[in-house]
Amino acid sequence: MLIRLTGGVVYDPASGIDGQQQDIYIQDGRIVNKPTGDFLIDKEYDLKGKVVMSGAIDMHTHIGGGKGNIARTLLPEDHRQDPVASTHICRSGCGHAMPSTFVTGYRYAEMGYTAGFEPAVLPINARQAHMEMGDIPILDKGGYVMLGSDDYLLRMLTAKKDQKAINDYVAWTMHSAKAIGVKVVNPGGINAFKFNQRKLDLDEQNSHYGVTPREILKVLATAVKELGVSHPLHVHGCNLGVPGNVQTTLDTIQGIGGLPMHLTHIQFHSYGTEGDFKFSSGAAQIAEAVNNNKNITIDVGQILFGQTVTASGDNMRQHANHKLASPNKWVTMDIECDAGCGVIPFKYKDQSFVNALQWAIGLETFLLVNDPWRIFLTTDHPNGAPFTSYPHLIRLLMDRTFRNDVLATLHPEAQKMTTLASIEREYTLQEIAIMTRAGAAKLIGLKDRGGLSAGNWADITVYTDNADRQKMFEKPDYVFKDGQLVVVDGKVVSTKWGTTHVVKPDFDPSVEKGLKDYFDRYLTMKLGNFKISDDEITEDGRGSITVHPLNGDVA
Amino acid sequence: MTEFTEVPSPFCGIGTDDLTIRVDGVSLKVIENGCAVNTPAFEQAITDTSARVDGKEVSLEVAVAKAAELLKNTNLPVIGGCATDVNGMRALLALADRSGAVVDNINFAGARNNFLALQDSGWMNTTLAEVKNRCDVLLVVGTDLEDFAPRFFERYLWNKEAMFVQDTSARDVIYLGKAPSGNASTSPNGKKPLVLEAATQDLPEVIAVLRALVKGQPIRASVVAGISVADLEIVAEKLKSAAYGVVTWAAGALAYRQAELTVQTLSELIKDINDRGARCSGLPLAGKEGDQTANQVCGWTTGYPTRTRFSRGYPEYDPFLNDTNLLINSGEADVLVWVHAFNTNAVPPATSLPLIVLGRSGMTFSKEPDVFIPVGTPGIDHAGHAYRMDNVVAIRLKKLRDSGLPSTADVLNAIEHALREETVC
Repeated sequence: MLIRLTGGVVYDPASGIDGQQQDIYIQDGRIVNKPTGDFLIDKEYDLKGKVVMSGAIDMHTHIGGGKGNIARTLLPEDHRQDPVASTHICRSGCGHAMPSTFVTGYRYAEMGYTAGFEPAVLPINARQAHMEMGDIPILDKGGYVMLGSDDYLLRMLTAKKDQKAINDYVAWTMHSAKAIGVKVVNPGGINAFKFNQRKLDLDEQNSHYGVTPREILKVLATAVKELGVSHPLHVHGCNLGVPGNVQTTLDTIQGIGGLPMHLTHIQFHSYGTEGDFKFSSGAAQIAEAVNNNKNITIDVGQILFGQTVTASGDNMRQHANHKLASPNKWVTMDIECDAGCGVIPFKYKDQSFVNALQWAIGLETFLLVNDPWRIFLTTDHPNGAPFTSYPHLIRLLMDRTFRNDVLATLHPEAQKMTTLASIEREYTLQEIAIMTRAGAAKLIGLKDRGGLSAGNWADITVYTDNADRQKMFEKPDYVFKDGQLVVVDGKVVSTKWGTTHVVKPDFDPSVEKGLKDYFDRYLTMKLGNFKISDDEITEDGRGSITVHPLNGDVA
Repeated sequence: MTEFTEVPSPFCGIGTDDLTIRVDGVSLKVIENGCAVNTPAFEQAITDTSARVDGKEVSLEVAVAKAAELLKNTNLPVIGGCATDVNGMRALLALADRSGAVVDNINFAGARNNFLALQDSGWMNTTLAEVKNRCDVLLVVGTDLEDFAPRFFERYLWNKEAMFVQDTSARDVIYLGKAPSGNASTSPNGKKPLVLEAATQDLPEVIAVLRALVKGQPIRASVVAGISVADLEIVAEKLKSAAYGVVTWAAGALAYRQAELTVQTLSELIKDINDRGARCSGLPLAGKEGDQTANQVCGWTTGYPTRTRFSRGYPEYDPFLNDTNLLINSGEADVLVWVHAFNTNAVPPATSLPLIVLGRSGMTFSKEPDVFIPVGTPGIDHAGHAYRMDNVVAIRLKKLRDSGLPSTADVLNAIEHALREETVC
């Protein structure tokens, strides 16, 4: 079947196309060149005056894995506010802060998203992450596997194993967990919490291993680079949420010595200690550091006001903040000599000085970082806000008047502590398309996604241009996933199953010798039972695995 | 004859995955690392291989069609048992969504003690590998741990080596409430556990005093429920001075009304210790025969644990009202679907309602169900996934034999399909 999308205004940064009228042809799920000679169009969509982008990609969203399910179980009262009934094509479920898997897929698609990446896949919990993501319809998905607080790595560092050995372990773990990236959360801190350390600075030693977060970051960032994994080491830094952590973040950037590094939800790591409340914005310093260091990419982790739930691997910092839980109930876990998690419901209030300034810090960061290819639009769903708030966030970025109107309603002391009102920048449609499409695909290393040139999969979103960008982005006219029309006028009209994106870097198989011995002596599962096989994802006939090339691979 | 090694078990809840099983045709023999729970569960023979409608053997297709017919135009089907693997639960929830059913797990009354505490105030928990490598003080509350999981001590406490405990046999074990039924909790060097016995129903009082002692509150009484406060003071001190204290309980063993308050007091006590500068964690025991699996899959599919109904088109959770027995006895339910792929003794409750059973081969009934479909057992007849007690770890179950028995997922998907076609027509 040949489909033509006729006359739309195309924003395709991957091809350098910025708002040009173009026809797009789709055949067998992919975008194709205009056929030559005589040809028959099976289905045509008249997109004159419409805005056309590729499907959006959320490069950091907590959509699969144990902590999300703890968050769900913890909050029945939140689900009751947003029940979702089944239809003849859609499953029932719940929405708001931590939606059910099916509703996650529908609501992302209804905003024009066609892929989401779970950033915190614990190796031991990777099965669950993939099973949950396996129940998210329409979206493509993938995960970044979490290392850095696992006892195996820390033992390797104490034993002064060489970088090659660490690379093998990282690659083996990526295979076993079916990952496309590697993440580190509070490097070594989750482990230190198990030894009753309550904080861990960048150069502070783990009391048992004597290893510092700086060393962990260095070896993992090096491993990711040397293995040829496209996505740089994904870093949730030390001291999340601690006033003064802007210095930690700046030191982290300097300390990585030019290696590629992605700093995630950087808003939570950009706090100074100035002012009457000893809490201030470090966004300008962070933006300057990002602008000056081309090896650094960031996503923001914008907070937006209202009820949500924070779900993190960082049980050290989550425990430290448990008194802020609203409603007052929370969970932390130590997990399998592997990692941990902490789940704390949170209500961001516009009349709270701290929350209002967090909001402003996030927006300052967006607006002060110059290169949209190195900054990504996230709320760290659900931690800063549920993903369903993205259209609102896009309006804040694209509409200065709206932004300043909202700012004027916030805690007055917070208004005095931000330069936001004076920042004139408004994001363009092309810049939004870079942040949420082309840039994200490039950062993750997705082949044939995030672009609209021939050869790409036909993940396409069509909007009606509207000066109210929130209205525009919350209700696309059409969304195509792999060429299938899945959304019309912001409602799901058909469903399908997306693929799971992975990379498979090489490793020396002898790495399993040491691991087998470790598993047998100390862990609770046999090595052979730990590794996830491809058929666990594909056997139900819905899932599939797409392996992406490594840097240096010949295409 | 084939021998399988490193076989994981969905039966014991503690994720043993070192069994060696010999398969001869369709008969299984546990050769190594069996236990009182796992060995009989694996070795249970296949008797039925054929589906039945009204007691007569029929093809699977006929049984599926009959089940769909019984479910058609019902007001409130109840799907009870819910004891299967992840794919079985996925299919079960799809059928419940389609038919507007109530979904209720057979062990929910016990699990509810945990869920109510979790949903009211939360907890700080840990997992088995942390216990194995870090725990220096284990407090067992109201539970005969070795009866619950015969290999718990061998695998997770008396392990020869631990990364962070010098001498594992020196670990402190304390029983509060129920005394151990055997000697599994005696350490390899002969160290016996400290046992402070009390009647199970007196545990709320005992735990409340223990929490007060942890917080340093003065206690006037010298004895509580037969236990001296001085002894409880020792327990409190041990927990507070532990490098990594662990408190464990089986929610189902706390068999008295409002036992969720005991779980809550324990969980708050653990938080108190962590707020006072030491580490301590909870370790709820569960995970048998798919109970954690049911609640996990229901959790991500609906937002809620089981005891969730779809009768209004969207999921609604009620840990009390969506109870299989209650709905049968009140006359609200009009058809019962019973799913139990693990245990032939886990039969459906007595009912005069139309009854569809997907059961483990060998299940016998006092009253023949309208439809009986013997299904394969996950981890024996087909591959699958099951959750262990500590919730974050899903184990990959293996297929050990070719029995020809369909999986729960195959059967429920077929019923859901048949129902969908009926609705469309």
